[in-house]
Amino acid sequence: MSKTLRINGKTHEVDLPDDVPLLWVLRDEIGLTGTKFGCGVAACGACTVQVDGEAMRSCQLQLGDIDGEITTIEGLGTPDNMAKIQTAWVEHQVAQCGYCQSGQIMQAASLLAENPTPTDADIDEAMQGNLCRCGTYPRIRAAIHSAAKMMQEA
Amino acid sequence: MASLKKIARRSFLVGSAAILGGVAFGTYKYHQDAPNPLQPAEGKAILNPFVFVDQSGVTLIAPRAEMGQGVHTSWAALIAEELDVDPTAVTVIHGPAAKAYYNSAMLSEALPGRGYNASDMQHSLGQIVGNFSKFLDLQVTGGSSSMRDGFTRMRMAGATARETLKEAAAQKLGVSRALLETKDGYVLAPGDVKLAYSELAAEAAAIAPQKTELRPAAQWKYIGKAVPRIDMVGKVTGTAGFGVDTRIEGMRFAAIKQNPHFGAGMRSFDASAAETMAGVEHILDLGDAVVVVGSNTWLAQQAVDAIEVDWEPASYPATTEAIFAEIAATFEGSPNSTLRDDGDVDSLPEGAELIEAEYRLPYLAHATMEPMNATALYTGDALQIWAPNQGPTVVQKAAADLTGLDLAAVTVNTTYLGGGFGRRIEVDYTNRAVQIAQQLKGIPVQLTWSREEDMRHDYYRPGAIGRYRAAVKDGKAIMVHGKIAAQSTTQEGAARMLGLPMSGPDKGHVDAAFNQPLAIPNFRVEGYIAKPMIPVGFWRSVAASFNGFFADSIIDEMAHKAGRDPLEFRLELARAEWEPAAKVLETVREMSSWEAKTPDGVGRGVAFAYSFGTPVAQVIEVEDLDGDIAITKAWIAADLGLAIDPQNVEAQLFSGLAYGLSAACFGEITFEDGAVEQENFPDYDAMRMPNMPRVEVTVLQNQKHMGGAGEPGTPPAAPALANALFDLTGTRARELPLNKHFSFL
Repeated sequence: MSKTLRINGKTHEVDLPDDVPLLWVLRDEIGLTGTKFGCGVAACGACTVQVDGEAMRSCQLQLGDIDGEITTIEGLGTPDNMAKIQTAWVEHQVAQCGYCQSGQIMQAASLLAENPTPTDADIDEAMQGNLCRCGTYPRIRAAIHSAAKMMQEA
Repeated sequence: MASLKKIARRSFLVGSAAILGGVAFGTYKYHQDAPNPLQPAEGKAILNPFVFVDQSGVTLIAPRAEMGQGVHTSWAALIAEELDVDPTAVTVIHGPAAKAYYNSAMLSEALPGRGYNASDMQHSLGQIVGNFSKFLDLQVTGGSSSMRDGFTRMRMAGATARETLKEAAAQKLGVSRALLETKDGYVLAPGDVKLAYSELAAEAAAIAPQKTELRPAAQWKYIGKAVPRIDMVGKVTGTAGFGVDTRIEGMRFAAIKQNPHFGAGMRSFDASAAETMAGVEHILDLGDAVVVVGSNTWLAQQAVDAIEVDWEPASYPATTEAIFAEIAATFEGSPNSTLRDDGDVDSLPEGAELIEAEYRLPYLAHATMEPMNATALYTGDALQIWAPNQGPTVVQKAAADLTGLDLAAVTVNTTYLGGGFGRRIEVDYTNRAVQIAQQLKGIPVQLTWSREEDMRHDYYRPGAIGRYRAAVKDGKAIMVHGKIAAQSTTQEGAARMLGLPMSGPDKGHVDAAFNQPLAIPNFRVEGYIAKPMIPVGFWRSVAASFNGFFADSIIDEMAHKAGRDPLEFRLELARAEWEPAAKVLETVREMSSWEAKTPDGVGRGVAFAYSFGTPVAQVIEVEDLDGDIAITKAWIAADLGLAIDPQNVEAQLFSGLAYGLSAACFGEITFEDGAVEQENFPDYDAMRMPNMPRVEVTVLQNQKHMGGAGEPGTPPAAPALANALFDLTGTRARELPLNKHFSFL
């Protein structure tokens, strides 16, 4: 069926069965490949996007159920105009292989929007669903605290 | 040794070639030359040089895979160090498959000898023996070898490029080259004359490469300092291209279902339900797997799941118990190696206290975040492959064998790797894409494995058994006798990837067990090799991942038996053998304010391992929180000899720790009916934000030789944690994963 999606401020028409997960609409139909496939069962967080600002696993979000403005990593900032949280990620040299980082950043951005000054315990709680096999967690934690500070100062 | 010197002197040749609007420089190796990638046969396009200089600036073609370890940035820094450009302004791209790119450092690890006590002669012999990898066409990224491999080659390429650009400027200006200097991408001449490299590139191409000496360490501007990673902005903005992000005009998406019984075929399949499903375009029979190709990966996945297949059964022992019984049975035979045999381990002096322990570690999956995938386009007379791979020449050769095409007709494009950890040295996933492409001539197809396919079709870290006898007397270690049994990664990997049967002592199999720099007077380590059963492969730190656990666990048991402080006990053994090993232990002692007695409810463990040329000591602290155990802190000290980028080395070391802790706490691949039981992250979990300890890292540079960074952080992690749990609970963990016996937070 045909469906209209709002993604990163743009409108997209897609014609796919209702049960196709948003992840695969983004990646294989629209060509937004920044959102990653990791597990398909909401166990790794690599596919995290925001729907109306809330972090969600796009591998579990069926096309027919989507209602709201979608933001992907491409909509958060660009290489020439990064969001503060992305700048913090660069400052702390967080990424190693980098595959999970789109999801980590989308999750963390959602945390900061809700809670501008998260504690370590808040970070643990919000980020526990996002797996990183390179183990970049110490730098993710530091970058979240830095981003919080940058946003406060802005 | 004249001939060796001759080879050594010829080891790095630099060539140059004109390219459109510029010049390219590359080093290639030694006498019976691998084809100079800069001087291709007539009619062939220019191939593979290391450095281009043209109107767009400086571009490094990195023949090593960027899988998170930072090799692109560090190699750019090595070039920049001599070329006088800002390393962050260097464009880095993955190189194609080429013989001249083989890894000289990795195979030098295969030499017998303990490594840490190598004399300069042995060490350079190691470098030279590394040249044998040329004959094996290994252009691989692994073995924590990239910095050792690139350290001279990259600087040489940069220095030669600089001098040649200066010579071009000298000829243009009519001045002596000696009067010229270089800075930030410019040649500077007397009288405030400034010529950009890009302006000189075309002229430089007509000049023979100018030889020069490398700069001494005292003049280094980038080596030894933190350089921002070249791949960082792409990776935080979703714009870095991984294998799964490959998009080719007209590309279709595929999903696969492979026989869960390794190496077995397929009797029949029924795809009638799949045929009518949405998005399905082709259903392919690969002989031992079925594939659906369609308009969308997920739709293809749904359809392939709907295919019913009658699989051939497994031909190896079908359960974990039966497989481990086979491994244990090898102890009844004769050892493959006895690479350490000091003193007498058979007779014990009076008053000695004996410890006997058997350790068992499970098979492990790599579980890279990016599942296996590759994209291929076959046109009948040529094949293109796009893949996140650790060995382009290995991928190329396998694809040529599969299709019957000449090597030259197979192009391998390497993308960023969403994790490697050794999994992407294999070619099964590229071969699958090639098989599909062959059946769909002219159509580019991207095959992405489901997480379940990925986890159930790996080349696993072998399950291993360590049987140890050890003795202490009067508080001293007097004997260690270790017997280690497992399938051989080296032998099976060599046979699979190179078609080479390997015989003789397998050093890799006992790495980090026989070659520990600990002064134990009676010390024997024997390796026993189990027959091939489950596919096994190179997993971050390879056999050191299990041997590190065996070798350090027994030391910890000895320290406790002897009534000694475990850190002091190790320190005494290290001091008497190799000073850099002692220094890393002293360093973690200071970092952690080590005290043998911890408060109630807190436990601490120390572990030490020498692997991939680097001694590493770790201290881990655990805390009992109402019956659940939290891993609260970790301290790491490692001696790299020379750390090209300390900030990146720090990241590699805590990453290695996290990978080791993930396996130690949760990692286990088990078998039933010949198939892997685990399927996805819920039953093969890893460290996450809440259970990752706070980590402090100290990078030392005391030893003479350059050590690896990517792997040495892994082997000490599991024993440090197990030793901490013993300190906390009094329960000695002799098998992993630890969540079988301990409840983690």
